Amino acid sequence: MSLREPIASDHQLARLLQIGVVLQEVIEARSSKHIESNDGLEGELHALLEDAIDQANTHRRRLETLIDDLDANSVAYEDIEPLVEAQYQADQDFDDIVYDQLCNAETAYKFFDDLLDALAESEASVGIDSDELEQTLGDLRGAEARGVEAVTDVMEERA
Amino acid sequence: MNTADQYLKAIYLVQQQTDEPASTGRIADRLGVSPASANEMVGKLEERGLADHEKYNGVTLTDEGIIQARDALETYCIIERFLFQVLEVEEFRTEARQLESVIDETVAERLDTIVEREPECPDCFDAENDVCECLDVEFGASD
Repeated sequence: MSLREPIASDHQLARLLQIGVVLQEVIEARSSKHIESNDGLEGELHALLEDAIDQANTHRRRLETLIDDLDANSVAYEDIEPLVEAQYQADQDFDDIVYDQLCNAETAYKFFDDLLDALAESEASVGIDSDELEQTLGDLRGAEARGVEAVTDVMEERA
Repeated sequence: MNTADQYLKAIYLVQQQTDEPASTGRIADRLGVSPASANEMVGKLEERGLADHEKYNGVTLTDEGIIQARDALETYCIIERFLFQVLEVEEFRTEARQLESVIDETVAERLDTIVEREPECPDCFDAENDVCECLDVEFGASD
């Protein structure tokens, strides 16, 4: 028994993809704030954050292509970055930052996984190529899973 | 949010509205499912120790059920606030109901890093209007 409503319209799909974009923008903005606020970051963690920024940027662009194909608007990074800044706590140590990166990657993975499940349950056709949609979301989910592994590797080396 | 959490949230809100055990009919109405489906799920919640169901009296949540229901309500409140404050969606209540089954608690927690939420959440949730009382919105402006 499930109360899950199928993804029944392009509008609903576009809204979910917008949420995906915002999650990527949050990752990018938080990772950038970690670098800005911590001059003496160790090499490995600094590299992890830079990779996270690059990956979030790439993922956002791929989601934006899908949103564009649905004739909807994306959410500008310039709108989200100040919201992240407003609630960002600067006094974070190595462990706080690594844990935050883990949350970022796990959250993005969970989002793509749930979205793919919802699409699989949905019988409605959407206004973009469903194979391409599933391929893109599957690629992004896989990349986020590798991101989780990268963070846990750093955690294990530190332990 | 999974199905069990959606039921717990619905039972919690029905109890808030009526101040008495929630009838399966009202739970079913709130969720838009059949009373038989609601009855079946209430049985599962009872098996998990999250609810007590007395025939002809209704459903009450156990202490553990209340904790889980309040967490689910917080997740829902974050989704509503995110849609209203960040994406400026006019019909945020309708869309929150459509999206809640796809947005997990983990995802909502990240969205919570960019929304403004009152410390008393979820006590400020208005069960009747299905919206946080502290949101600066006129009732009726959104479905």
